[in-house]
Amino acid sequence: MVAKTHGRAARIAIASGKGGTGKTTVSLNLAAMFGAPVQLADCDVEEPNLNLFLRCEQLTSTPVTMLIPEVDANRCTGCGACGELCQFRGIVSLGTRALVFPELCHGCGGCIRVCPSGAISENPHQIGTISVGQSRTIRLVEGRLEVGVSSVSPVIRAVHQQLRDDMPAILDAPPGTSCPVTATLLGADYVLLVTDPTPFGLHDLKLAVATARTLNLPCGVVINRAGEDQVGLYQYCQAEALPVLLSLPDDRQIAEITSRGDLVAHVLPEYGLMFTELADKLQQEVLKVAGGRA
Amino acid sequence: MKKIAFSTTGQTLGAELDPRFGRSIHFLIYDLELESTQLLDNQQSRNAAQGAGIQAAEIIVRAGADTLVTGHCGPKAFRVLDAAGIAVYNCAAPTVGEALIALRSGSLSPASSADVEGHW
Ligand code: SF4
Ligand code: SF4
Repeated sequence: MVAKTHGRAARIAIASGKGGTGKTTVSLNLAAMFGAPVQLADCDVEEPNLNLFLRCEQLTSTPVTMLIPEVDANRCTGCGACGELCQFRGIVSLGTRALVFPELCHGCGGCIRVCPSGAISENPHQIGTISVGQSRTIRLVEGRLEVGVSSVSPVIRAVHQQLRDDMPAILDAPPGTSCPVTATLLGADYVLLVTDPTPFGLHDLKLAVATARTLNLPCGVVINRAGEDQVGLYQYCQAEALPVLLSLPDDRQIAEITSRGDLVAHVLPEYGLMFTELADKLQQEVLKVAGGRA
Repeated sequence: MKKIAFSTTGQTLGAELDPRFGRSIHFLIYDLELESTQLLDNQQSRNAAQGAGIQAAEIIVRAGADTLVTGHCGPKAFRVLDAAGIAVYNCAAPTVGEALIALRSGSLSPASSADVEGHW
């Protein structure tokens, strides 16, 4: 059975310090070879792309809303207190009736509290959509941010809320190490970092490891395009006690198959086996963590 | 029309008119009655990750300008400027001086909306 932590099935985040390391390929193939029903969460809400591969036939969508201020023109005196408070420029008043910029508002509610005239009320505003679908053994939960909206993290949290507790989940994080990545990792029990043996790969891996460790999350590594290791990636992993759970060879077939929208684990049996093994190792890793906590 | 703000990369009337509004380096305010200039720094807006145009618009409004001449102005900045009653003129003149001449000769017409999508 699947390892459990905190009384719910394990959640594994797949992250990388930068884009283009093959993080999506790892998430999809791991989910396909998981050996049990699994959830796959697309937390790259600015550019969700997992369903291009999963092609779920039916998606059930729910809007994600945030409360943003609305100004009553008759009550606003143009005192400017709201704009002075808001560091995001979500609301601006320059001796004039306050103007709201929903795309910049973070929904903190601060302006409502400081308005001396009670001119501000709150209204729900759609900032994203969560879509849920099924593709074979994979339950997809996709977050998508509305165009122009800057509040990424609430949409990622909404993705987490749509996950079921009784089924393990793979969380595909956005690239980088910024707030949206942190928001993704905050819902995870384990972080799988995808990197490649290049100077950039190693540099960004170190940043990603630092992010994961700040959040007190155990991590393991997948090395993609593994070939000649000119940068000492393996030594680094060893020195940092980071288990390398999978090394994917630098094989052109992977890119070719992926660009067709197919999964290499489905097309080539040797890769199917690799990802099955990765799933097994991950379960052991997560069990270790769960055991350590118990 | 009394105080005109120009987006500029330099510090004088002979300097280049900065085609960007929100991320312009400076604003040169020209007082038509006094025929004097005042230079405002836009560093803070340029450093802002988001809402640079709104902040730049605030600087113009607080300086008491009633007119803005710039290359391009995005939708958020335009809303703030419009609410504050500032007339916006888009101008392709290479320098601030030439933009001022074009404005005075009446060959520019005020914009009724933003002329570009965000990030200016
Ligand atoms: S709710 Fe917060 S972020 Fe939004 S406009 Fe008001 S003060 Fe700014
Ligand atoms: S604080 Fe209230 S009254 Fe003052 S400008 Fe903002 S909305 Fe208007």
